[in-house]
Amino acid sequence: MAIEVRIPTILRSHTSGAKIVEGAGDTLGDLFADLDSRHDGLKGRLITDTGGLHRFVNVYINDEDVRFLGALEAKLSDGDSVTILPAVAGGALGFAAVAVPRGLRVGSPAAR
Amino acid sequence: MLSIDRAIVDAIVAHARRDHPDEACGVVAGPAGSDLATRHIPMENAARSMTFYEFDSMEQLRVWREMDDRDEAPVVIYHSHTATEAYPSRTDVSFAGEPDAHYLLVSTREPDSEEIRSFRIVAGVVTEEKVRILDAGVDPHAVQSYMFGQSPATVDYECSGR
Repeated sequence: MAIEVRIPTILRSHTSGAKIVEGAGDTLGDLFADLDSRHDGLKGRLITDTGGLHRFVNVYINDEDVRFLGALEAKLSDGDSVTILPAVAGGALGFAAVAVPRGLRVGSPAAR
Repeated sequence: MLSIDRAIVDAIVAHARRDHPDEACGVVAGPAGSDLATRHIPMENAARSMTFYEFDSMEQLRVWREMDDRDEAPVVIYHSHTATEAYPSRTDVSFAGEPDAHYLLVSTREPDSEEIRSFRIVAGVVTEEKVRILDAGVDPHAVQSYMFGQSPATVDYECSGR
């Protein structure tokens, strides 16, 4: 079952620079596991340690935001197209819940 | 350095003023690989907040696809801070997901002047850059250069070695 997946610039280090890759899976979670077997580290940029979809990415199946389709449980069909975009967000106030991305060393004083 | 037409800067400032005290946000697209900011696209702040902004995910998909179809890239991603300085917050740094974009911040905290500053944000590292405002119809070599503010040029949010 072939699913076309569009990869944003920031994640292309995991796909040898490829903008479009192919994968397979019955659900979005399965697809990400399949992609990770060939594109090492990709899954960790999409799924949190607690197994949810990362706040820093938007994922779409065809024209729908997967957050409205069951997120990682969203069903996929042959020929579907998955698009990953970086979520564009921010703002003056730092929320602890969103201000600690994976891999950032925490416990350090603010830089300014 | 970010080079940008005065007309686009004026439109961004007008957008920020219009949405004040909520944060405003948007994109300036340009030909992929050119680093030229040519097409201003004001975006909805789905958070409608004085301290947070977020592109509406469906509007973003539409705009990013349109850029793709036109062989454009998001050259500038801008937003306003409405009560604080035009400097990326930790939240801004956490979310910064376009390593090739210029992150333009506008502060509207002063009622009759704006602070406009531009940054690269790559892998958690913020680097301020100059903003060169181009006046259309004027000799392109006779431009004004601005470095707004007096902050250090680079701030490492990973705080390594501190």
